[in-house]
Amino acid sequence: MEVPILKQGPYLIATVQAALTDADLLGLRDALVDRIGQARSRGVIVDVTALDVLDSFATRTLRDLAHMIRLRGAETVIVGIQPEVAFAMAQFGLTLEGITTTLDLEEGLAYLDESLKAKRIG
Amino acid sequence: MPDDRTVLRTEADIVVARQIGRAMAVQLGFSPGDATLIATAISELARNVVQYARQGEVLFTTVSIGGQQGISVTVTDEGPGIDDVAAALQDGFSTSGRLGLGLPGVRRLMDELAIDSKPGHGTTVKVKKWKR
Repeated sequence: MEVPILKQGPYLIATVQAALTDADLLGLRDALVDRIGQARSRGVIVDVTALDVLDSFATRTLRDLAHMIRLRGAETVIVGIQPEVAFAMAQFGLTLEGITTTLDLEEGLAYLDESLKAKRIG
Repeated sequence: MPDDRTVLRTEADIVVARQIGRAMAVQLGFSPGDATLIATAISELARNVVQYARQGEVLFTTVSIGGQQGISVTVTDEGPGIDDVAAALQDGFSTSGRLGLGLPGVRRLMDELAIDSKPGHGTTVKVKKWKR
């Protein structure tokens, strides 16, 4: 299932709506890395609220995604990791070190706004 | 509850397998948290099959000992097998992938894990989780 990507101001928002296969995840990564160039976006939000499993492949792909987006000059925020999913990731030993995560979409947008403002001032 | 089984051949089968496992766990009365641990473990084991063995099968059964109920998931393939099972159970071990087979992680998600593997003859991984 393809993940819809919406442009909102300087950001791209990808909202996962159903379980994703490995190919879907890689497709999302590549689409976002591509789209931030077309849209000249400064930030990317990946909303994983609907995901009931984040296994090693998904975690690694999200890490790669955030890394690639940073290399393209924008920031990534992963939002909406469910409590059960966070518990399973911690038990398994999966980390999203160095990647910003927030509780939900609202927090994610607030984080990007602050980050963008800090860059302008700084 | 009747046994269930599903074939592993494509990436989409990984999603199907973990969804069957989660549904069965929920039906057995596992908490949403434990059902997520079980689904995540199945996802890892199923991916190993699709990635390294190309084809395999998952068998889901209910188990009980002395009034305690649990779920048993057996993942079988006829792939290349694991040369050194003891090493594969250690964190950081990998033959080709950066993250290895994820078996130490799977063991932490489940209560029991048993591996039977012969190089050239495939691998069977059986995991169990008991209801709390």
